[in-house]
Amino acid sequence: MLQIKNLSVNVGDKEVLHDISLSIGEGETHVLLGPNGSGKTTLLMTIMGFSNYVITKGQILFKGEDVTKMHAHERAQRGIGMMFQRPPTISGLKLGKMLTAISRTKEENIPELAKTVHMDRFLERDINKGFSGGEIKRSEVLQLMLQNPDFVMLDEPESGVDLENISLIGTTIGGLLEKDKHIVNRKKSGLVITHTGYILDYIDADKGHVMCDGQIRCHGNPREILKEIKQRGYKECLECRNP
Amino acid sequence: MPEPVTIPELSNEDKERLAQVGMDLTKKNRCGTFLQMDQDIVQAECGETGIEVLSYKQAIEKYDWLKDYAWKNISKEKDDITRYVAAQNDPKGYVIIAHKGSSNVMPIQACLYLGKDKIQHVHNIIIAEEGAELHIISGCASGSHAGKGGAHYGISEFYIKKNAKISFTMIHNWSEDIEVYPRSASVIEENGVFLSNYVCMQPVKKIQMYPTATLVGANSVARFSSIVVSTPGSTMDLGSRAILEAPGASAELVTRAITKGGTIISRGHINGKVAGTRGHLECKGLILKDGVIYAIPEIEGSVVGTELSHEAAVGKLAKDEIEYLMSRGLDEDEATATIIRGFLDVKISGLPDALQKQIDASIDVAEKSGF
Repeated sequence: MLQIKNLSVNVGDKEVLHDISLSIGEGETHVLLGPNGSGKTTLLMTIMGFSNYVITKGQILFKGEDVTKMHAHERAQRGIGMMFQRPPTISGLKLGKMLTAISRTKEENIPELAKTVHMDRFLERDINKGFSGGEIKRSEVLQLMLQNPDFVMLDEPESGVDLENISLIGTTIGGLLEKDKHIVNRKKSGLVITHTGYILDYIDADKGHVMCDGQIRCHGNPREILKEIKQRGYKECLECRNP
Repeated sequence: MPEPVTIPELSNEDKERLAQVGMDLTKKNRCGTFLQMDQDIVQAECGETGIEVLSYKQAIEKYDWLKDYAWKNISKEKDDITRYVAAQNDPKGYVIIAHKGSSNVMPIQACLYLGKDKIQHVHNIIIAEEGAELHIISGCASGSHAGKGGAHYGISEFYIKKNAKISFTMIHNWSEDIEVYPRSASVIEENGVFLSNYVCMQPVKKIQMYPTATLVGANSVARFSSIVVSTPGSTMDLGSRAILEAPGASAELVTRAITKGGTIISRGHINGKVAGTRGHLECKGLILKDGVIYAIPEIEGSVVGTELSHEAAVGKLAKDEIEYLMSRGLDEDEATATIIRGFLDVKISGLPDALQKQIDASIDVAEKSGF
């Protein structure tokens, strides 16, 4: 589904990601762990195609196609989607209008869909304006439901969310990633940034990666890695120079 | 069914221009019509009980008391425009009176069309008597063939009596060679509400206006909303002023301005003269192409207990907002148009659906041409 080959990325004059390689197969969900500022969000924003993240070296292949030089909308149209941790507030643009724009010609019943994530009362509100942490996540997941991407990136889906909302958001994300389907029939893939691991209760991640200082330092079973990090922190990861 | 307005000498293109400013020639969704083409009064009628739409001349002849309203709100000596209109022997324009307790669900349409004349002058008086509710859409347009220059001088005096409400939605569709000088003032009595909405998305050579609302009654309300786009060669000097003279009076002045190369001067002034008054002034501007947006918000409080605020922001479209929408599959142009559309989306509480739809339709036309 997604292949990243020797990717280096600059933000401004500074190289933030160094020689990253990563492969995520069809139906797989991977978890990205790492301390604050290690480059996790930068990697997601780069995969999504945001222009502030300049690829200086390497390639991104999506479903076998080189998308390295494509704009964000071209990547989105090919099936890449992202749940943002801190999406911008757009003054005047109503959530409902944005959903209509996303849905294009699809005949979705937006109010009904919004109800499923308790966002029906927000359709006439400016997008993200005054939204709580949980409301932002529910708005993001609602947009993704309409977009229905094949590859879903989630940037800390549980941050700022209470337990009740984590269950709702986690279950919905599980649906987006076809976790309700048998593993052999699963076509959707994902890459999830998490600090707490709460989301793993809903999405059964296949693989974990630890990112430090803009590099992927190690790979493994996501729950085991998380357990290690919870016990020992990132000290050893930071010291590890041989991924 | 009302008889449709017949104006055979208008081309289909010009009929379309009138439609864009809210003139419904079929009159299906309007309860009354006033149409003045250059200096000719084509129609003045209203089918709503208790509401009259008259030409200025008819009204002055019919109601002697109207002289107590004419030029009481605006001085004849205010400037060259008022002096010019006051000097006319044959005054034009309309008088709309909503008698005590009357109301209209379907709005009245008032259309001022400038075709061949060098100057079109009008003097309008709008009165909502006690407890009345009056909704007016005022569409002003010039003919597509004009091309020779021209000017519109318009005096409008509004009187909103106790517990009355007027919504006045003005949509302009002039052309590059037309100058427009509205002079407008309103007096709002106890519990009265005045909603004044202005939309101009099309080119104009120059427009200059600074309507003033004087809130003399307790708990009276004035809301001015302006949505304007300025194209190269257009100078739009716009403003609104609210003078809060009674306890509980409140005013809100909201402007959304976009320049695509033209000049917009966005003025605003709220004067809180007594305690227990509130006012907020907001101007947001977007510079899509090099032009000028000059926001001049003024708030003036002279007593303890008046609460006034303003916010003004002028800038460009934020890249992170555009890319956020692009990450949902919209291309850059679609994302930009969607954000601009949101920026201009000023929902006006208390405005009938038909009028909000007309405002939205004006923005739709601009959106289709890529703003």
